[in-house]
Amino acid sequence: MAYHSGYGAHGSKHRARAAPDPPPLFDDTSGAYSSQPGGYPAPGADVTFNVNHLLGDPMANMAMAYGSSIASHGKDMVHKELHRFVSVNKLKYFFAVDTAYVAKKLGLLVFPYTHQNWEVQYSRDVPLPPRQDLNAPDLYIPTMAFITYVLLAGMALGIQKRFSPEVLGLCASTALVWVVIEVLALLLGVYLATVRSDLSTFHLLAYSGYKYVGMILSVLTGLVFGSDGYYVAWAWTSSALMYFLVRSLRTAALGPDSVGGSAPRQRLQLYLTLGAAAFQPLIIYWLTFHLVR
Amino acid sequence: MAFTLYSLLQAALLCVNAIAVLHEERFLKNIGWGTDQGIGGFGEEPGIKSQLTNLIRSVRTVMRVPLIIVNSIAIVLLLLFG
Repeated sequence: MAYHSGYGAHGSKHRARAAPDPPPLFDDTSGAYSSQPGGYPAPGADVTFNVNHLLGDPMANMAMAYGSSIASHGKDMVHKELHRFVSVNKLKYFFAVDTAYVAKKLGLLVFPYTHQNWEVQYSRDVPLPPRQDLNAPDLYIPTMAFITYVLLAGMALGIQKRFSPEVLGLCASTALVWVVIEVLALLLGVYLATVRSDLSTFHLLAYSGYKYVGMILSVLTGLVFGSDGYYVAWAWTSSALMYFLVRSLRTAALGPDSVGGSAPRQRLQLYLTLGAAAFQPLIIYWLTFHLVR
Repeated sequence: MAFTLYSLLQAALLCVNAIAVLHEERFLKNIGWGTDQGIGGFGEEPGIKSQLTNLIRSVRTVMRVPLIIVNSIAIVLLLLFG
């Protein structure tokens, strides 16, 4: 009996294999399916059911194979488009950090006055990653600081019983929009003043994102020590951030390419740097004062 | 000031529209920002005014057709959703 049903199944498989439907496709899927019924708890009655399963589903098998090929094609297309807009290798450079770097950089953001050497180090024309160079900008700290700021804003609003989920989303998108505006303004300034340096968009994004650390510290101090503590922390972090930005951008903007340059152009670059630095305390105050009443 | 990303897009669209409507012959030439007035000089320092003039001219050239599309989408969205 088992031999008969096995022979029947085999025979029908042969018949199905000789069918004019696309043979290679059918071979693949039948191979895939024949392994499955092996795992089946298969009494003799199920063998015929498996044969019907095989015969009745060539369209489903074909659709599955087609769908998976479409999915992989779509994934390749998305990767290609993404690579056209965002260079993933350059982005990886900004996230190559380690714990020691993050700790030292946070300390530098709060107290930059004793740091001596602000130059970004290069190795054969390629800037060293943040892991090996304290002065290199990174995007890890700004990203984490932004997320922490959003959470902290939610917590501060919750303490004052003004919380609702829409306010959290609004706070996050407001902060993000201000960062985008600032990066666009800085890009426009860099273009107009014809600063020839290694300052790419991601560098500017990193330097704009460092203000979130100051915002977090100000809000925390304001929550713990009240309104006076908030103003003290705001003044301290603003001045530290201004000093940090001016020193970093001076050595980054006057990079290895712009040697000298005319006096008005250097004055323009100086104004740009000072303007970017002076904008920071305003935006820190604007984005945090409503959290500390 | 509570921003959403959509308001940022609207502001950017309005700014680009403002740059795109600056007419070359009737307006820019009269205030000396035309594209054939004094961009010469292959020196190393273009200066702010020529950079601005180049920027305006390139924005007008590049964004002419995409602005039509994006403006139409914005108009339809504003009509539908207020």
